[in-house]
Amino acid sequence: MTTTTQQSALHDPKSAGGRAGDKIFSGIALTAGIVILAILAFVALYLVVESLPALTAGEGELTNGKTSFWSYVGPMMVGTLIASGVALLLATPVAVGVALFISHYSPKHLSQPIGYVIDLLAAIPSVVYGAWGMTFLGPLLVPAYRWLSENAGWIPIFAGGYSQTGRTLFTASVVLAVMVLPIITSMCREIFVQTPKLHEEAALALGATRWEMVKMAVFPFARAGIVSAVMLGLGRALGETMAVALVLSPGVLSANLISAGNQTIPAEIALNFPEAFGMRQNELIAAGLVLFVITLVVNMIARWIVSRHKEFSGAN
Amino acid sequence: MSKRIDAIDLNVYYGKFRAVADVDITIEPKSVTAFIGPSGCGKTTFLRTLNRMHEVLPGAHVEGKLLLDGDDIYAPGVDPVAVRSNVGMVFQRPNPFPTMTIRENVLAGLKLNGQRISKGDADAVVEKSLRGANLWQEVKDRLEKPGSGLSGGQQQRLCIARTIAVEPEVILMDEPCSALDPISTLAVEDLISELKEQYTVVIVTHNMQQAARVSDKTAFFNIAGTGKPGKLIEYAETSQIFNNPQEKSTEDYVSGRFG
Repeated sequence: MTTTTQQSALHDPKSAGGRAGDKIFSGIALTAGIVILAILAFVALYLVVESLPALTAGEGELTNGKTSFWSYVGPMMVGTLIASGVALLLATPVAVGVALFISHYSPKHLSQPIGYVIDLLAAIPSVVYGAWGMTFLGPLLVPAYRWLSENAGWIPIFAGGYSQTGRTLFTASVVLAVMVLPIITSMCREIFVQTPKLHEEAALALGATRWEMVKMAVFPFARAGIVSAVMLGLGRALGETMAVALVLSPGVLSANLISAGNQTIPAEIALNFPEAFGMRQNELIAAGLVLFVITLVVNMIARWIVSRHKEFSGAN
Repeated sequence: MSKRIDAIDLNVYYGKFRAVADVDITIEPKSVTAFIGPSGCGKTTFLRTLNRMHEVLPGAHVEGKLLLDGDDIYAPGVDPVAVRSNVGMVFQRPNPFPTMTIRENVLAGLKLNGQRISKGDADAVVEKSLRGANLWQEVKDRLEKPGSGLSGGQQQRLCIARTIAVEPEVILMDEPCSALDPISTLAVEDLISELKEQYTVVIVTHNMQQAARVSDKTAFFNIAGTGKPGKLIEYAETSQIFNNPQEKSTEDYVSGRFG
């Protein structure tokens, strides 16, 4: 009797429908996976093929009398990294602080509205940020730049005059910081609230204050997540085009962050691509390839940092 | 090193809900006191009021007096942080800090409040605490390995070592063996009997044999029904609770007729 029931269960005609569903779904998933890989491959291929003329060009072949591609893209690489780096330096402490406030300090009725406001920052289009930075934040920062130039001029990044319009790399960094803030904040908050109660209570029961509990239980647990969040923010900052293009008054590479000058790769591409043709186009695409590689390297470094602490991550 | 606990007319609340009602109990120093009772009867909740861990949950509060050698730990102006460094706690599931080494776990409580200790002193504390938790022989060669790599029973003893490293007056244990196998349980029970030489130990347990084995006095908590507060029904020498209880419900519970 039992055998018959088992057999009929095994040959349940209804399960055939389930199998068809499985097949369709796995087909869709497979196709989606292949499409993504194909798109990635085509973009990479396009980047490389279109970059080659610029990358291999000898003296005299590049536009505007540039001697080599690297002397052209090098200063912009540095400019991009400085702008993103400063943006992260400004945004990370604020983001971690806000996330911590929402997850562990604020009363329930406050934490939700604050979370919404932060998320709202992410909904503002980048061109609006650019306009805001150019017309409002820049002029607002001019007095600060004047003060820094007069009183902290001995520090290289403030040496050599200041911009009267405020359209500087530092202003661009501040705008970028505001733009990456919501990404880092919301990711950090997600991770902070997942801290095991068990570890928080272990710290409190030892006589830890709230801040000591955060240091002992929350930060160690969230370290990998914070690094990932910052890297995600860095990805956004490195690739941000519109805001920098509008805010920054570009120029040659200079250590001075509070005067006009410097340029980032995405802004350079955005500003020049519409009118570019021939070798100029190849140069800009090659610059895009360089940006792609930078982002990739940064992400790999971040992964390496995270994996170095694997033994102590609590995953085992 | 060990203090006496007096609860006077203590009521424990979660928001408006009264979880434990009118507890009067005196817990002697250098003894082991077991709290037993069915699930939801408030024994863990009451235990957590003894080191002010209860109020960590939003809305949770306590009314009444709780004296630690005569000092009310709920008096205005008393810092819960100070209370908790005097009243240590071991939790149901072993919870060593996963990002710390065994050594760092033991020292975790000592490094709080900006205290600094020399390496020599720290080494001494680590050895003393791990010996005190009967763990030294097993881990002395891998103090720099993560605490999360130990077995469950070892982790729990590491948590006990971490607790006694700060030299508290009282050690609270919330079902410390419920996640452990019988051999690890035995190791922890042996340890509890040693700990009472120096500390006041209070243990919540679901295991009545365990209560009978380790405790000097036993408190039976019960609940009249869902939504009603838990109450202390009977508190006496462990032998009396198990052999000659005065209350009917205590007898029903210890003889396995309910719970």
